[in-house]
Amino acid sequence: MTDQTVLKLNGLSKRFGPVVANDDVSLTLGRGEVLALLGENGAGKTTLMNMLFGHYLPDAGTVEVADPGGTLHPLPLGHPQAALAAGVGMVHQHFALAENINALDNITLGSEPLLSLRRDRRAAERKIKDIMARSGLTAPQDVPVGRLSVGERQRVEILKALYRDARILVLDEPTAVLTPQEADTLFANIKTMTAEGLSVIFISHKLREVLAFSDRIAVLRHGRKVGEMATSEADEGTIARLMVGADTPKVAREAATPGAPVLTLQNVSVAGRSKRDTLQGVTLTVHAHEILGIAGISGNGQSGLANLISGLAVPTAGMIRVDETEIARPSAATMVAAGIGRIPEDRHHEGIVGAMSVAENMVIERLGDPDIQSRGLLRRDAIQANAEGLAQAYDVRGPGVGAAARLLSGGNIQKLILARVFERAPRLILANQPTRGLDMGAAAEVGRRLLEARGRGAGVVLISEDLDEILGLADRIMVIRDGALVEAGTMDRAKIGLMMAGEPA
Amino acid sequence: MMDLLNILLSESFWAASLRIATPLIFGVLGALICERAGVLNLGIEGIFVVGAMCGWMAVWLGAGLWGGVIVAALAGAFFGLLHAILTVPLGLSQHVSGLGITLFATSVSYFTYRTALPNVSSPPRIEPFQALDIPVLSDLPFLGPVLFQQTALTWLALLMVALVWYVMNRSALGVALKAVGDNPDSVDAQGLSVYALRIWAIVAGSALMALGGAFLTMSAFDAFFFGMVNGRGWVCIALVIFASWRPGKALLGALLFGAFDALQVRLQTEMGALVPGQVFLMAPYILSIIALVIAARSADYPRALLTPWFKGQR
Ligand SMILES: Nc1ncnc2c1ncn2[C@@H]1O[C@H](COP(=O)(O)OP(=O)(O)OP(=O)(O)O)[C@@H](O)[C@H]1O
Ligand SMILES: [Mg+2]
Repeated sequence: MTDQTVLKLNGLSKRFGPVVANDDVSLTLGRGEVLALLGENGAGKTTLMNMLFGHYLPDAGTVEVADPGGTLHPLPLGHPQAALAAGVGMVHQHFALAENINALDNITLGSEPLLSLRRDRRAAERKIKDIMARSGLTAPQDVPVGRLSVGERQRVEILKALYRDARILVLDEPTAVLTPQEADTLFANIKTMTAEGLSVIFISHKLREVLAFSDRIAVLRHGRKVGEMATSEADEGTIARLMVGADTPKVAREAATPGAPVLTLQNVSVAGRSKRDTLQGVTLTVHAHEILGIAGISGNGQSGLANLISGLAVPTAGMIRVDETEIARPSAATMVAAGIGRIPEDRHHEGIVGAMSVAENMVIERLGDPDIQSRGLLRRDAIQANAEGLAQAYDVRGPGVGAAARLLSGGNIQKLILARVFERAPRLILANQPTRGLDMGAAAEVGRRLLEARGRGAGVVLISEDLDEILGLADRIMVIRDGALVEAGTMDRAKIGLMMAGEPA
Repeated sequence: MMDLLNILLSESFWAASLRIATPLIFGVLGALICERAGVLNLGIEGIFVVGAMCGWMAVWLGAGLWGGVIVAALAGAFFGLLHAILTVPLGLSQHVSGLGITLFATSVSYFTYRTALPNVSSPPRIEPFQALDIPVLSDLPFLGPVLFQQTALTWLALLMVALVWYVMNRSALGVALKAVGDNPDSVDAQGLSVYALRIWAIVAGSALMALGGAFLTMSAFDAFFFGMVNGRGWVCIALVIFASWRPGKALLGALLFGAFDALQVRLQTEMGALVPGQVFLMAPYILSIIALVIAARSADYPRALLTPWFKGQR
């Protein structure tokens, strides 16, 4: 780390209709420095970085970027091309990869002249190999990106930026989709790269990694910068107070006695397309007033279990029972009708219909209800009133309930889904990675709502890679590995960690 | 049964199949380029008509055969540009715009033809492309008569298959086209223009479609008639799916359809007394639908097909 400044954001502002996403934000970044950008969901972190990278045109403000010699130059705004040329690379919160072409093509896209008929693949391969060796990041180069895992895709995204000789790398919630092990490797790689002079801005909601890996912290709240400090002077409490503007209440957890079984799986197998959605002879029971935590390293059959419980996968063997009734032909509709509420893993694609309004998304699972429709016609006013009430109760913030749901920030999309699920007072709740990408306040809110549902008598299946989350909420823990489930029989962090890794406890 | 075998083994049958397939090859390639970039171009049927009319009229006015080909391509490109402006930067419905282009292009062509030739009863003829005869090669058994009965435009179509294949699979442009049809954000994030890529793809694809029309008036026939395109454009839209957006399979699909059609004509003459002629006319379409049902199950649509993209929006 040196005192040399490589990036200056001066008074950036951006509004989307009535929403002020950024208000007069200024930041600086030093050479080799790691700056963590924090803030609640919807605070404007992604918007700020999108202005730096040229995706959004700021309403006011300027950006200056240093050339390799260290002199600052103003950056033409609104052109990703200009940002790339100035050495700014960005890894987006939602990956910007074409899935039908391979990693090499994604990486070299845009850096070769389009109209020449010949490509120098050899040179590109050599350069990528070289970058992989220097940074420690690797990803298969010659299969379509659609077939790569999330972790691999993210490495492709970073390689993309480094291939363009990025000197400033922006990572928007890089660890939200990674397993803890993958996240540690990523930060180790980042350390290697910053030692060579790369400067990094990363956005994260996980304070543990922010405190462990950043040099400096900047906090946004409602679009304004409300604080900046050296990481060495920060602690969880101060940061949390800055982000939320108040103390976050601790989630209180009371003891409960499990009731009758609400979901029973007996020797159920699912033949998936890959290891992530395959189950082998799974047996489990969830009772009323009980949260069952499913711990495991991602890709070990969690998707299969989630698909099964939400009725998206048909079992090849075994029996499923909800309450007392056996479900002979599971489908999404029968499972919803049986009283299962699902909080899906991929909230953007499976949780909402992005092009439909927030209000419509809130009633999408009960379009048959008489309060929502009469004689097949939707009751607009009822839908609107319902949405306004729910948005209030669940604190869904954004451009309003009439706006398309995809315009919400990631955290607010999750709140929308929570509102929809909990309103139906389901018998069983399937929560798959429910706090991924959520800020601390929102994550605590999810926990509070799950406990509330448990208190009301619902059963909860909580699938998570975050062991702390499971330990904090679950009454009982099972470990999933290679598509099989085993009772953990313990609440011991270390022992469960070993079981996840497949070693005898 | 013997008759069917005789037909399938005859040189004239395969020569006819290739001839019938030629306009479809141009059309499928054109539609394929547009759709790979993420835009459905239902203007294809009208663009065929424009190509047929403009190519023919240019030759009739003395531009020469290759002059006619160029005029047809430019006219197709023009209507493609119109579709591109409506669907790419303005992001209007691709179905509505495409059908509008078809209606508009068809009527403008007929209108121009009628205005230029108000009182002719039989359509004026031009001297069309002749079979390319390459001395030694055309003496080859079987292949010689099949290939060397074809005109320069059929050869151009085959050349285009190779060219489009090369661009799609070997060039940086092809990579960018596939990417923009899969996830426009990936292209934008790498500093390329989504708008420019899509617009140029539609313009180029439409120029190719127009060549399919030009083949009809300048090679298959020697004059322009109303209704001569007769749904060939729509067939191409179906064939693209059959081809799963690959140039090689597009050639195969067009040839298959050409073969069905050639077979249908021959069966009609052989068995016309037993079965009504309409059944034979339907046959190629029914068989295409069956082929499509089988092929479409595994079809991998370009993910961003039909979805407009706007700069600076989520
Ligand atoms: N293109 C857009 N159109 C309309 N509103 C938008 C757009 N982009 C962002 N917003 C709004 O701007 C605000 C800030 O969003 P942004 O995505 O920057 O938040 P964030 O801090 O990244 O949140 P998260 O942690 O959930 O990712 C949100 O209220 C969001 O709904
Ligand atoms: Mg964000």
